Amino acid sequence: MAGANGVGKTSLLRMVCGLAPIESGQILWNGKPIHAQSEVYRQDLCYLGHLNALQESLTVNQNLAFNAALAGNAPEPAQMREVLAHFGVRGRGEQLVRHLSQGQKRRVALSRLALSEARLWVLDEPFVAMDEAGVRMLADLIAAHLGKGGLAVLTSHQQVDIGAVPAQMLELRA
Amino acid sequence: MKKLGMLSVMSAVLRREVSVAMRQKGEVLTPLVFFVVVASLFPLGVGPESALLLRMAPGVLWVSALLAAMLSLQRLFATDFADGSLEQMALSSTPLGLLVVGKALSHFLLSGLPLVLMAPVLGLQFGLEGRSLGILMLTLLLGTPTLSLIGSIGAALTLGVRGAGVLLSLLILPLYIPVLIFGAGAVEADAAGLGFGGHLSLLAALLVLSAFFAPLATKTALRISLE
Repeated sequence: MAGANGVGKTSLLRMVCGLAPIESGQILWNGKPIHAQSEVYRQDLCYLGHLNALQESLTVNQNLAFNAALAGNAPEPAQMREVLAHFGVRGRGEQLVRHLSQGQKRRVALSRLALSEARLWVLDEPFVAMDEAGVRMLADLIAAHLGKGGLAVLTSHQQVDIGAVPAQMLELRA
Repeated sequence: MKKLGMLSVMSAVLRREVSVAMRQKGEVLTPLVFFVVVASLFPLGVGPESALLLRMAPGVLWVSALLAAMLSLQRLFATDFADGSLEQMALSSTPLGLLVVGKALSHFLLSGLPLVLMAPVLGLQFGLEGRSLGILMLTLLLGTPTLSLIGSIGAALTLGVRGAGVLLSLLILPLYIPVLIFGAGAVEADAAGLGFGGHLSLLAALLVLSAFFAPLATKTALRISLE
């Protein structure tokens, strides 16, 4: 999803998640309005907004475990180590989030995707604050998710090649 | 990956709050120190007449505890709101109301329970007897969870509002009145030989009522704040 600043990309994504109210129209998931089945829908949903949703006073592992718990999952420590290493924050698991750089925090936040079993990913500007390698890795992660039959809705200002999977481009205009 | 039941997710919220508090001990100690200081100001203000102090003690301790418990309420959801964790909680497959219970429980454990444990020490200062101290602790033990539960509604309603602290007190203090009346009244009723069972039953009833309704109200208020 693309569009100029302030055109309403984030608002639309928040509506898709069911966080913001819809003024007109409806959002369906499996043919049913999301508000009529919010608990089922939330099991299928993983949302990553502008905010990293990391508690600064806790360690990276504590944050990852908590975020996974909210989705009803309890990842093994080895699994979390592996995911962090994959996201280029190897060995930071026991560090406090407040001691990480902005880019590292974003990487930790994104690593939640790798631990998620949700079918629908809603990502708001996931490529912001990422270096080139990070963008590549995230694009691969999204491609793998799509390859497994998943669905991803994301906003971006840069054209990122996610691979040969069918992608639909929506451009919002004021 | 192992799956968690809803109650495990709620206890994950509780454990997270406790871990955060262990890293920021000052925030746990502030209400406790406030409680001690406020309760100690009264003898200085009204003079050292022991009969007067003894009569005032339950009320003074209860008002101080109530204000101290309110002191830390504002932060209940504020950090999670600012860093985006609250959004994630709202999108959790576990009902938000249940997560709110975890939050309120953590507020009781970290703010209410220390007050319950500190109260007899302060009660001694006022010259309360052992039996009265016991009743005071019992009423606080039943009352402070209610304060946390009702307080969570106010904390949710004032999220992201400027001057949230003052607004929170204005919203919540009137709702605290029944808890205060039956809490402070129990010790006096016992001293007058009337028995304190009725007061305790009413406090327990308030706790049950707020345990049922407060999470629902808080959940709705949080969803509105997040829009």
